[in-house]
Amino acid sequence: MAEVNTGDDGGGKKKHGKKRAKKSSTRIDMTPMVDLGFLLLTFFILTTTFNKPQAMEINMPVKDKIEDEKKNKVPAEHTLSLLLTDKNVVYWYFGVADPSKPLPSLTKTNYSKDGIRKLLITENNKRHNAFNQIEQWKKELAEKKITEDEFIEKKKVFHKQYAISSLIVLLKPDKDSNYKNIVDALDEMAICNIGSYALLESNDLENQMIANANTYK
Amino acid sequence: MPKIKMPKNSPSIDMTPMVDLAFLLVTFFMLISQFRAEEAAVIDMPSSVSDLKIPDKDLMMILVDKKDHVFFTITGQETRKKVLEKMGEKYKVVFTEEQKKEFSNMASFGMPMSQMKEYLAAGSTERKKLQEKSNGIPTDSTACELCDWVYYGRLAAIKYRVAIKGDQESSYPTVRRVMDILQDKKVNRFNLITNMETGPTE
Repeated sequence: MAEVNTGDDGGGKKKHGKKRAKKSSTRIDMTPMVDLGFLLLTFFILTTTFNKPQAMEINMPVKDKIEDEKKNKVPAEHTLSLLLTDKNVVYWYFGVADPSKPLPSLTKTNYSKDGIRKLLITENNKRHNAFNQIEQWKKELAEKKITEDEFIEKKKVFHKQYAISSLIVLLKPDKDSNYKNIVDALDEMAICNIGSYALLESNDLENQMIANANTYK
Repeated sequence: MPKIKMPKNSPSIDMTPMVDLAFLLVTFFMLISQFRAEEAAVIDMPSSVSDLKIPDKDLMMILVDKKDHVFFTITGQETRKKVLEKMGEKYKVVFTEEQKKEFSNMASFGMPMSQMKEYLAAGSTERKKLQEKSNGIPTDSTACELCDWVYYGRLAAIKYRVAIKGDQESSYPTVRRVMDILQDKKVNRFNLITNMETGPTE
């Protein structure tokens, strides 16, 4: 194979028959390449993560000292306080816990569908049918009857109109609660279409109330 | 008697389409995958129904892990370098050019400034050990290093989004402390990073 073909040699053969194509195959062995291909494929499939993490946005109030008179006063009868504590337990009460008055009684619940969500939806509906109304707009948005902007605008107007008479939820995690509880609670706010809610901290009185509720359990 | 003729077609099948497909998939996965430097903390995020996407760029992130250790990261190599320089000035730590470069390529970290130099000089296995021993970035009000990280981070890149990525089991007081620090630094709008949840469940 390595020798140089001379003119006579070929010429000599020509006399006998047709010119023959070289016999060596034109195929190359592609097995190693394919092996490598599959190796890479496996690697990339295993290392790729598809779902990007999601995020929820949260707006906190500006941390300036506000004088007591200028603070927003929230009507007590519409104020629902959720005390988030350990072991995924939530206590709730309406109104204000005032040490000079008899303390509101705590009701125990959890983050399940029949727990906190049921309560929030019923209470929200009691006030101007808020949950159903927004849910309907959400449905219209999903069916593309209204645009996203219209939806946001409608919601804004609705919340503004009933600002002082709709449900206000105060989330008060105590020191035993964990991050998941807060995210769950904020999530419930979104699911139950609560217009106004705030993330606060439980005060000493409320901690005492939780401790009492835990002992009588 | 004629010989029995063996069937002439070869026993090998044509694998070309399969190989084509395999390479197509390789190309696809190569193009969509993006490599991330290894995070210093393993974080198991809670899930939510929120469908807001978090951007990859222009993001300042504070991580809180299971043990309530706090980590910090910010995107952009230039920004990282700038922030580290400022922090070095404040805490009187001088970093070499190499260490700065190392820092700009790193993912999140949870080191107090006193150990930062050692951490940057160490190899990857060393670094893991150091990370395990440390208690994250100090957040207590007497020596609030996280405050400074956030402050210089904001200074270097004001337009950045701020996000908190917490573990499910991280305790509330720690997260609250981080939120308080953010509020002190006039960051009143931030994101909580969560996993996706499909619709209301449970």
